[in-house]
Amino acid sequence: MREFSVTHPVGPQAARLSEMTWVLTWLTTAVCVIVVGFLLYSLLHAHRRGNAVGGPAVERKLWWWVGGSVSATTVILFAILIYNLSTGRALAAFADPDALTIRVIGHQWWWEVEYRDPLPNRRLTTANEIHIPVGRRVRLEVESRDVIHSFWAPNLHGKLDLTPGYTATTYFRADTAGTYHGRCAEFCGLQHAHMDFFVIAMAPPDFARWFEAQLKTAASPADTLQARGREIFETKTCAMCHTIRGTEANSGIGPDLTHVASRRTLGAGTIPNSRGHLAGWILDPQRIKPGAKMPPNQLAASDLHALLGYLESLK
Amino acid sequence: VITREAEPGVSRHNVLERTWGPPPGMFSWFRTLDHKAIGKRYIVTALIFFVLGGIEAAIMRMQLARPENGLVSPDRYNQIFTMHGATMMFLFGVPVQIAMAIYLIPLMLGTRNLSFPRLNAYGYYTYVVGGTLLYVSFFLNMGPDAGWFNYVPLSGPQYAAGKRIDVWAQTVTFTEIAALAGAVTLIATILKQRAPGMSLNRIPVYVWSVLVTMFVILFAMPSVALGSFMLAFDRLVGTHFFNAAEGGDPLLWQHLFWFFGHPEVYIMFLPATGFVSHLVSVFSGRRLFGYTAVVLSIIATGFLSFGLWVHHMFTTGLPQLGQSFFTAASLMIVIPNAIQIFCWIATLWAGRPRFTTPLLYAIGFIVLFTIGGLTGVMVASVPFDQQAHDTYFVVAHLHYVQIGAFVFPLFGALYYWFPKITGRLLSEKLGKLNFWLFFIGVNVTFFPMHFLGMMGMTRRVYTYLPESGWGPLNLLATIGAVTIAVSMLVFFYNVVTSLRSGVIAGDDPWGSFSLEWATSSPPPSYNFRDLPFVAGLYALWDREPDTPVATGLRDDRPEILLTTVTDATPSARHMHPDPSIYPVLSALGTGSIFVGSIFTPWAYPVGAALLFPTLLKWVWKWPPLPGERTESEEPA
Repeated sequence: MREFSVTHPVGPQAARLSEMTWVLTWLTTAVCVIVVGFLLYSLLHAHRRGNAVGGPAVERKLWWWVGGSVSATTVILFAILIYNLSTGRALAAFADPDALTIRVIGHQWWWEVEYRDPLPNRRLTTANEIHIPVGRRVRLEVESRDVIHSFWAPNLHGKLDLTPGYTATTYFRADTAGTYHGRCAEFCGLQHAHMDFFVIAMAPPDFARWFEAQLKTAASPADTLQARGREIFETKTCAMCHTIRGTEANSGIGPDLTHVASRRTLGAGTIPNSRGHLAGWILDPQRIKPGAKMPPNQLAASDLHALLGYLESLK
Repeated sequence: VITREAEPGVSRHNVLERTWGPPPGMFSWFRTLDHKAIGKRYIVTALIFFVLGGIEAAIMRMQLARPENGLVSPDRYNQIFTMHGATMMFLFGVPVQIAMAIYLIPLMLGTRNLSFPRLNAYGYYTYVVGGTLLYVSFFLNMGPDAGWFNYVPLSGPQYAAGKRIDVWAQTVTFTEIAALAGAVTLIATILKQRAPGMSLNRIPVYVWSVLVTMFVILFAMPSVALGSFMLAFDRLVGTHFFNAAEGGDPLLWQHLFWFFGHPEVYIMFLPATGFVSHLVSVFSGRRLFGYTAVVLSIIATGFLSFGLWVHHMFTTGLPQLGQSFFTAASLMIVIPNAIQIFCWIATLWAGRPRFTTPLLYAIGFIVLFTIGGLTGVMVASVPFDQQAHDTYFVVAHLHYVQIGAFVFPLFGALYYWFPKITGRLLSEKLGKLNFWLFFIGVNVTFFPMHFLGMMGMTRRVYTYLPESGWGPLNLLATIGAVTIAVSMLVFFYNVVTSLRSGVIAGDDPWGSFSLEWATSSPPPSYNFRDLPFVAGLYALWDREPDTPVATGLRDDRPEILLTTVTDATPSARHMHPDPSIYPVLSALGTGSIFVGSIFTPWAYPVGAALLFPTLLKWVWKWPPLPGERTESEEPA
C-alpha cells in the first residue's frame, strides 16, 4: 500500500480515477503497439520487396488501410470521449449537503486547515494535517491568500487549484483508515517542493476524540520550565505570526500552533516533528527550507530549552 | 514570358551576383537582406540557444539525480527551469522553425528572395536582442523564476519584486515581434512568389505546413502580446488586471497565455510534419501517399490548435460542461494527425526505403510521436488529467511530443538540408551514432517519468525526500540525459568536421523532388539563374527534359517575379528593396525601448522619439533620378 500514489485509491473517486488510468494505459499501449507494428512491418515489407510500387490498385489498397486505420482511431476516440464524460459525471455526482466541510487555505508554503461549523465554538483551525472520519463525505473548499497552489492527495482525488479570488469546491471520502500524503501541485515559488500535507483518515470515534481534543485551548504549563517557555513564546517574535489558543499569542500569519506537538512534521512535511528538528527549525528555518517566511531566531540555550519544553507539551 | 531554356551564360552569373550578392562597403554583414544569409544566422543562433537550454536541462537532471541533492539552490533551480522552458519555446522552438523556413522557402518556391526582406532582417535582429537580454539577465542573477508560463500572481508585483519577471515579459515581446515579422514575410512570399506553374495543388507539403504555421502565429501571438503587456502594466505602472484583490482576475492570464501557448506547440510541430513528409517521400523514392489528405490535415490541425487551450486549466475548477468541449477538441485533433501518420506509414510501405540518417530521424519521429500523442489522448480526459496534471507524467508527455515530434524531424531536416546549405554532406556514420544515442537517450530519460508522475512526483520541484521512493527512476532519467548530451556532442562534432572535410554534395545528393535541389549547393546569392517552371507537384521528378524556364526579369536590377495566388501565373515584376542598415538599427532602437522600459516607463516615449527617424529612413524613398522608373510593379 503506497500512501502517495494514483493507482492505490482509498476512496470512491480515486478508485474511478485509478480505473480510468489503467483503462487508458492499456488502451493506448495497445494502440501504440499496433501503430509501431504497422510501421515496422511496412519498413520490413518494403525493404524485402526492394522496389517502390504505385498505380491505381496499390493506391486503392492503401486507401483501404489508411481509411480503416483512421476510422478505427475515430471510433476509439469517441469511446474515450464517452468514457471521459461518464467518469466526469460520476465524480461530480458526489455532492452531499451533510458532508463534513473543511476549508483549506493555501499559503507560501503551508496549508491552513479550517473545520467549518455553524457554531463558532465548534470551528477549528489547524495546519498541514487534515483529519477525517472514514466513510463520511468531506466537502473541501479551497482558496488562496497569496499565489496559486494546487491541492493534491492522489489516493483520494484529483487536483484542485487554489486561485486567489476564487473558492473551489470538491468532495471526497476515504474508505480505509490510514495516513495519506498530499502535495502542492502548482508551482508557487521558492519552496514549492516542500509544501506537503497529510490526510489522516480515522475511525469515526477516533476522529470525534481527536476533534474534541483539538477544540480545547492549549494545555497550561505543567511546570516552571514550560511556563518560562510560554512566556518566551508570548514575548519574543513567535507571537507576531503564530497563534496558540489560550495564550497571548494570537496572530494569523503563520500556522496555528495550539496543538503543534500532535503533528507529524514541521515545515509542511519538510522534517519530522522531533525535539532536535524543532530546535533547528526555530533557530534557523532558512537552512532547512530556504525562503520560508519564518525568520531565524536568536535564543539563549536556556530559553530555547524552555521553549522546546513548552511546545512539546502542546499535544 | 515563358520561353525555352535560355542561353547559358557565365557572364550572367557576374551580373546577377552584383545585383543580389552581398552589398559592398562597411557593415555589409549587417546590411544584407539575402534570405540565405539571414536564414543561416537565424538557424545558428537558434541552435546556440538550443545548446544553452540543453545545458540547463542537464543541470536540472544532475540536481534531481538523487534525493536532497545540493547542487543548486532552490532560487537558482527555479531560474534554471524557467530559462529552460523559455529558451526552448521562445528562443529555440519557434525561431528555429522560422529560420528553417526563411532559408528554405524561397528556394523551394523558385524565387530570388523573400517578400519584405527588410522586415525579415529586422525580425532576426529583434530576436537576437531579445535572446541576449534574457541571457545577460540570467548571468547577472536576474533570470526569470516563475516558470515559462509565468502564472500571476506569483509573477505579479506583489510576489515577484525585482526585475526578473520584467525581463521575461520583454523577452516575450521581442519573440512576438520576430515571429510576427517572420509570419508576414513568409505568408506573402508563399502566396505571391511561387514559381510559375506552382499552383496551390503543386505546393510541396513543407511549404503548406509553413503557410499554415505562419497563420497560426498571426492569430496566436497577439494573445500573449496582450497578456505580457497587461502584466508589464501591472508591474510597472500599477494597473490591476490580474490582481484579484482589486477586481482583477488571475485566471485571465491563464486564458491569454494558453490561447497562445497551445498553438505554440503546433507552431513548432506543424513545420516538423512538413519535414517528415519530404523525408519519407524522398527516402522511400516515392510520391507521398495522400498528399491532399496530408495538406488538409495540416490545415485542420492549424484550426483545431486554437480549441485546446483550456486543457491546460482542467484543475482550475472551471465548469464541467465547458471543459468537456475542450476534451472533445483535444481528442478531435488526434484525427488529422492520425491521418498524417498512416499516410507516412503507407508511403513507407509502398516505397523502397533508404535507411539514411534523415529517414531514421523520420522513423524515430513516428515512434516517439505515437507515444507522445497517445499520452496526449490520456491527459485530454478531464478526470485523468486531474491526477496527471503538473506531475512528471506531463513532463514525459510534453518531451515525447516536443523532442519526438519537433526536434527529431528538425535533426532529420538538418541532415537532409545540410548539404544544400553548406555544399557538404554530414557523415552518415556519425549521423547514425547520433541518432541511436539520441533515440535511446530520449526514451531512457522520459519514459520513466510516466511512472514518476503516477507515483506522485510533481513538476518544478528542486528536490525530493528520500522516502518518496522517486530516487531510482530519477537516476535512470539522469543517465538518459547524459546519453542525449553525448549524442549532441556527436552531432556537433559531425557538423564541425563535415564543414571542413565532408563529402562534396553536388546539386542533389538525395534524388529529391523539390526546387531547392535544382540549384547548386550552396545556392548562389540569386538562387536560380533562370527562374524554374513547375510542371507538377514533384517539381524535379515531374520535370521534362526540355521544361521551359521563366525569363523576362532583368539581371542588373533586383527584380522579383510575382505570380497569382491560386494558379501561380506570372502577374508582375517587383523591384526588390536595396540592402539597408536600417533594419538592424531599428531592431537596436526597439530593443533599447523594451529593455529601458524594464527600468522606467519613460523609455517608451523617449525611445519612440529616437526610433522614429530610423523607421522613417527605412521606408523613405527618394525622388527618382531622371530616367529612372518610378513604378515598382509593372505587368510582366
